[in-house]
Amino acid sequence: MNQTIEKATVLFAGDSGDGMQLTGFQFSNTSALHGNDLSTFPDFPAEIRAPIGTVAGVSGFKINFGSVEINTPGGKVDTLVAMNAAALVKFQIDLKSNGMIIANINGFDKRNLRLAGLDESRDLLSEARDAGFHVVEIEITKLTREALKDSGLSTKEQDRSKNMFTLGLVYWLYNREIEPSLLFLKEKFKSKPDLLMANTKVLKTGYHFGETIELFSNRYTVNKASLPAGSYRNIAGNEAIAIGLISAAAKAHLDLFYAGYPITPASDILHELANRKNYGVRSFQAEDEIAAIGAAVGASFAGSLAVTASSGPGIALKTEALGLAFMLETPLVVINVQRGGPSTGLPTKTEQSDLLQAIYGRNGEAPIPVIATRSPKDCFAVAFEACRIAIEHMTPVILLSDGYIANGSEPWRFPKASDLAAIHPNYAKMNEAYLPYERDARLVRSWAIPGTAGHEYRLGGLEKEDRTGNVSYEPENHQKMVLTRAAKVNEIAHHIPPQEIDCGPETGDVLIVGWGSTYGAIRTAVLNMNKQGISVAHLHIRYLFPFPMNLEKHLRNFKTVIIPELNNGQLVKIIREKFLINAIPLNKIKGLPFLSIEIEDAVKEQLKG
Amino acid sequence: MEIADLLKPKDFATDQDVRWCPGCGDYSILKQVQSIMPDLGVPRENIVFISGIGCSSRFPYYMNTFGMHSIHGRAAAIASGLKMMRKDLSVWIITGDGDSLSIGGNHLIHLLRRNLNVNILLFNNEIYGLTKGQFSPTSELGKTTKSSPWGTIDHPFNPAALALGADASFFARGLDLDTKGLRDILLRAHAHKGTSLVEIYQNCNVFNDGAFAPYSNKSTRQRSTLLLEEGKPLLYGEDANKEALYIKDMKVYSAPLESIDAEDLWIHDSKDAMKAHLLSRLFDPYTEDSLPRPFGVFYQEDRLVYEEEMDKQLHTSIQSKGIGDLDSLLQGRNHWTI
Ligand SMILES: Cc1ncc(C[n+]2csc(CCOP(=O)(O)OP(=O)(O)O)c2C)c(N)n1
Ligand code: SF4
Ligand SMILES: [Mg+2]
Repeated sequence: MNQTIEKATVLFAGDSGDGMQLTGFQFSNTSALHGNDLSTFPDFPAEIRAPIGTVAGVSGFKINFGSVEINTPGGKVDTLVAMNAAALVKFQIDLKSNGMIIANINGFDKRNLRLAGLDESRDLLSEARDAGFHVVEIEITKLTREALKDSGLSTKEQDRSKNMFTLGLVYWLYNREIEPSLLFLKEKFKSKPDLLMANTKVLKTGYHFGETIELFSNRYTVNKASLPAGSYRNIAGNEAIAIGLISAAAKAHLDLFYAGYPITPASDILHELANRKNYGVRSFQAEDEIAAIGAAVGASFAGSLAVTASSGPGIALKTEALGLAFMLETPLVVINVQRGGPSTGLPTKTEQSDLLQAIYGRNGEAPIPVIATRSPKDCFAVAFEACRIAIEHMTPVILLSDGYIANGSEPWRFPKASDLAAIHPNYAKMNEAYLPYERDARLVRSWAIPGTAGHEYRLGGLEKEDRTGNVSYEPENHQKMVLTRAAKVNEIAHHIPPQEIDCGPETGDVLIVGWGSTYGAIRTAVLNMNKQGISVAHLHIRYLFPFPMNLEKHLRNFKTVIIPELNNGQLVKIIREKFLINAIPLNKIKGLPFLSIEIEDAVKEQLKG
Repeated sequence: MEIADLLKPKDFATDQDVRWCPGCGDYSILKQVQSIMPDLGVPRENIVFISGIGCSSRFPYYMNTFGMHSIHGRAAAIASGLKMMRKDLSVWIITGDGDSLSIGGNHLIHLLRRNLNVNILLFNNEIYGLTKGQFSPTSELGKTTKSSPWGTIDHPFNPAALALGADASFFARGLDLDTKGLRDILLRAHAHKGTSLVEIYQNCNVFNDGAFAPYSNKSTRQRSTLLLEEGKPLLYGEDANKEALYIKDMKVYSAPLESIDAEDLWIHDSKDAMKAHLLSRLFDPYTEDSLPRPFGVFYQEDRLVYEEEMDKQLHTSIQSKGIGDLDSLLQGRNHWTI
């Protein structure tokens, strides 16, 4: 029977070596092309080759897709693909009570049970069936080998394509086209015809298997979503950041310089930009994060749009140079793709625990604008905006993203290049005496570029005299300069859009205030509660420092303000301190994003109490 | 070019008061650098001095060019980013022994191996000047300072060996007081395409006075120093009884000049990497019968220059893929319209 449903959540899970990330990514792309709204969440171990078959080595890729608005990778899962016992052990608790398990039973033998830390006598799948789940048992490994028995490939090579069987099968189950993946395989295995043949064959075998074998009582259709008219693509957060940076450079007529040192989950920005040399991007893999930001400061001095990105430990290393950029009042974008901390923390898990570091974490009085992206597609606009502020206001800017956004993806209605606003560098006027620290009405100094005769000037990290920029130890001057620099950054609040309520009433009982990647979960929870007639609104802050001028007005329009964060309460501290309101924290610090239901429950609890 | 030709050394001085201690070796180095600037033929606005932190790193304030007094140890990194974006600029890094060999050691070796076309002037006074006299990574073993009242137990760096070990494409050693030698070295460093590391022995007359006295004192310098001249034999000592260096079984020996066959003389060849390594090992503390300390250009090699390779890749990429079109970047490979 074919059943049409509004949305579905599928989780592909298997051993790290089972290719589940690729499978999930393919399924997402095809669903995006199919016209669904969607959101994805890859969840993989920190180790490249975690011990085979163990729970620690399980890699998962979750996708929520629908004909309705989708803001999160979903809560409980409809269909769990478990390539081995460990995958089921890890994710069974995420299934809906009547959810479906597609199990590769070749991954549930005694050895796999042992590796998953279970007694060899357990029959996991019967237990799952008894618990009310719909279990579909398939010998995926065996069927894959069967399909490839004449391929001339070794068993090991054959086994590598078993994820394609899974993909084909789930395509069939959800009525997807397999063509986009066939095209993908053609491209990927351009120079390896035997692997192209094998993967194509297994993908089709999986699809046909669904058709011929009557294991499934239902087949599902998820229709196109009614998204606003426009052109769309599927995009992941780090990719969107890279594209935003390139676009901003083009719109400012600057060359783009990017320096980084590899670190999860920021590396993909480096990879992406290293591959965009024909856009004039110069990317530099430095010897460490200090060198990366140092080189970026040099590139900024050279007159380029300079950017560096890292994550927790690397951002800590960049602190001193960030202070220098602040003193030089030179454009620089520093991206922090946050991960679980402190120290090395949880490298592949997500967290929002670097907000206080971003706003306060420097020696001396060194306020730096901080802005945060809220979702993969939002990364484009926020990266572009970070560059605009840096260039037009002559300041370093910190952009906060996180692992959840970096790796997640969703459909993005992309703009035309001609629709993007121009960015205007504040160049020093030619043929005029140059005073490096003379400021305009916005307190912005002008930018003199080496190579301009008559503008030769020296600057540095020592306190400088107002206007001339000469070194100065004069007490009155220091106080004046500290206040001026602070005023300059505060002035940016007049040059950003006003804060808006994302959804829900403009005044009422409860306002949920979020920032960063909690956007989707909060929005989903609030829309849902509004349907139930609960007076709750959602406000999401992009400009974290300085705040938009009208933020306070919004906060005061509600009786209660709740601030959910993936940390131990950071934005809530700032809001309480700055506005003296009794904002209530809601914290989750598990390396995992909020489920919308968690937010919903907390609000209801609050309303009761 | 014409304007540059008309410039005088004093055009490179700024209106800032020079704040080094009276008698500091930094003055003489500043003077030499200012004096060669007009000879470079580079317009003033195309010259940039980037320094770290230390007494020596005050230098950019005194040069009427573009300049940045940055943070401790990071000048090499900052200059690298600058040069990658602006091949047209003549970039000079000013650093101290603490700045470049302690806190900034990592950036120094990576700059040397990458070989960007920049010049590094390493002011080696074998002490931390600005922080008032602690030992540095080049201070001699056993040196007593405020932070080493019992004498250091740190084996010192040999900057020449370090540089060559990091595959520096140019290494030279100069002395603050040897104005002519310094001038030649600076001009050759500028002419070299690649990273030129110039170590300059600089007297800190306040915290480490006389550290290089054996090489500057009239009474000892002829015996203690070896002037490296291209194509000439390595000779030292008083004119009346010159000693010559020669190599045997990969070891360096000296003997009276007249006792050595002409073909056995060590003729200086700065292109010879093995000989440069041997020169770098002439590093024993000065005694009456130690081998002399070399001054001049040890090594110079032409090899790939980082920022040029970076540009080449950029152009190759444009040739093969076409110049990037923003709209096609925005729309990506797969897109659909609603
Ligand atoms: C991060 C940091 N650590 C420490 C210092 C203090 N400091 C300034 S200069 C210096 C050492 C300078 O020695 P050197 O580089 O040899 O320069 P010199 O003063 O001898 O010319 C130190 C430790 C600093 N400025 N920054
Ligand atoms: S402390 Fe030494 S190095 Fe520093 S300025 Fe004085 S003499 Fe020169
Ligand atoms: Mg020193």
